[in-house]
Amino acid sequence: MGGPITAALAGGRAGGRAGRSLWLIWAIALAAVPLLNKLPADSPFYLSDFVVSVTGKWICYAILALSIDLIWGYCGILSLGHGAFFALGGYAIGMHLMRMIGSRGVFGHPVLPDFMVFLNWPALPWYWHGFEYFVFAAFMALAVPGTLALVFGWLAFRSRITGVYFSIITQAMTYALMLAFFRNDMGFGGNNGFTGFKDLLGIPLQTPEMRSALYVASLLALMLSFLLCRFIVSSKLGRVLVAIRDAESRVRFLGYSVTAYKLFVFTLSAVLAGLAGALYVPQVGIINPGEFSPANSIEAVIWVAVGGRGTLSGAILGALAVNGAKSWLTTVAPDLWLFVLGGLFVAVTVVLPNGLIGLLRRRKRDEGNGQ
Amino acid sequence: MTTPAAPAAEPVLYLDGVTVTFDGFRALNELSIVVEPGELRTIIGPNGAGKTTMMDVITGKTKPDRGTVRFKQHDLTRLDEVRIANLGIGRKFQKPTVFDHLTVVENLELALKGERRPLIVLFARLDADERARIDEVLTLVGLTARARAPAGLLSHGQRQWLEIGMLLMQDPELLLIDEPVAGMTDHETHETAELLRRIAGERSVVVVEHDMEFVRALARRVTVLHEGRVLAEGPIDHVQNDPRVIEVYLGR
Ligand SMILES: Nc1ncnc2c1ncn2[C@@H]1O[C@H](COP(=O)(O)OP(=O)(O)O)[C@@H](O)[C@H]1O
Ligand SMILES: [Mg+2]
Repeated sequence: MGGPITAALAGGRAGGRAGRSLWLIWAIALAAVPLLNKLPADSPFYLSDFVVSVTGKWICYAILALSIDLIWGYCGILSLGHGAFFALGGYAIGMHLMRMIGSRGVFGHPVLPDFMVFLNWPALPWYWHGFEYFVFAAFMALAVPGTLALVFGWLAFRSRITGVYFSIITQAMTYALMLAFFRNDMGFGGNNGFTGFKDLLGIPLQTPEMRSALYVASLLALMLSFLLCRFIVSSKLGRVLVAIRDAESRVRFLGYSVTAYKLFVFTLSAVLAGLAGALYVPQVGIINPGEFSPANSIEAVIWVAVGGRGTLSGAILGALAVNGAKSWLTTVAPDLWLFVLGGLFVAVTVVLPNGLIGLLRRRKRDEGNGQ
Repeated sequence: MTTPAAPAAEPVLYLDGVTVTFDGFRALNELSIVVEPGELRTIIGPNGAGKTTMMDVITGKTKPDRGTVRFKQHDLTRLDEVRIANLGIGRKFQKPTVFDHLTVVENLELALKGERRPLIVLFARLDADERARIDEVLTLVGLTARARAPAGLLSHGQRQWLEIGMLLMQDPELLLIDEPVAGMTDHETHETAELLRRIAGERSVVVVEHDMEFVRALARRVTVLHEGRVLAEGPIDHVQNDPRVIEVYLGR
């Protein structure tokens, strides 16, 4: 009797290898996108700027999907308000981009963004100070969603709000934020939000170099987020999270503070969602209160369900696959998209509870057992 | 009435004159029980005799109206459930709860004594002692061959053993086990009796059970509860031939 038994703890789960090679293929494909964009335009492998920017957006969505999977797939916390953390990260970077417009705005004011001049505001509100520094804005893009999640989570988890009740109040949270950000007197540009950005770190946003740089930054962020999440879910803490998902009260009975664990993972997840939003906004060039729309959060949950809840590569796959399908379908049959999305969710729930990843792994296993 | 197993040893569990009433109904009525270190004690009694209530009193879930409840030198009536659990009293409830999506080993790992704060648990690695402890418990509960299986794939009996294993990881001095063999096959019932005999000795075990076959297989000192008090106590053969016990069991 001995060692080899407990070695089971150190290794990954069955199917880990399939997940890893899949991940590698995706990583190589995604890393190739900006390189192919550098080819001459008449080359058969050339990818246009448009493809680069669309793929860059999807990568941000994949980070958001990872963040949702971390709490939902592993800890059983279904947040239907993660779009709010994403939007807050986006708004924080948006504030920096607005400050960087400087006197190049329509009204030419050296400090105030156009919408403030339009509203006859005499000076910058206090909470806009500091955002002229990129590092500060980048920090706030993570800190604001993180802090909101910490406070919100503390109130909810401490009162043992779980399951569908938690999902509902997260919807209410993002809805309330949407209404708040629609208001002009909030100082975030009302329903127009922020747009008309000029440059970031001194480089114009529209240049191919900047597009590639943002793309690469997003891809790096996705890889680091993936590695971080993988470290977490394969640690003992990750096993406590799964245990909480399976039988919360039993975990409490073993002496673990379920509230502390949920708070940790929920806050971290919100920070990742904020990171995704911060990388997204410079690439799309706009952020407005529509990002807080409850439907956005639900859509992101569907990506995770489609890809495969509870597997990190599943979340990434889901975000890429669903958004790929969406891009294609909204050009050929825009009216159908919402039905397809709903149908997809139902189909996955009923037929493929482990999502696309589950399907791939099952096929792999069947091949393995084939002889 | 009690004969000390080891002379001069302080009892692990000492209940005297314990009374619990629910809305005027006496669930426990001047109950007195003494359990010695290393003893394996079986508690039997008809439904409603107060067996579960007795466990609730020991674990601090229910406070007695009066009476003495001591674990070694600790007065349990003054402590809450968490403090009592930390003193070294483990309790297994009737319904097994293990973590279905974790393997047997991982279930045991989470039950290990030690640090519980998230940021420390995030970087926790099993040291040699902890691995040895897990392997030891795996062997003890007979789940070595199933170590890597997700708990969700275990049979009903194996789940019960895993849960007993999880209690053992915390190294309790006293284990309280409520109806472990309900729903088990005959074979599993026998295995469970073997398991409990193995784990007693280093620690005291109190088992509540209906199943006479099982009680017989345990072959240890039996206490019969009836209407919240001790009706008879002694070896199973002695107890089974007691006319009062026969009346209580067969008279209904
Ligand atoms: N919380 C409670 N409130 C009211 N009555 C209770 C409560 N717990 C137990 N009882 C009653 O006390 C008696 C003893 O119950 P219990 O200890 O569960 O018996 P056993 O486990 O021996 O079957 C039963 O008649 C039961 O109905
Ligand atoms: Mg009972």
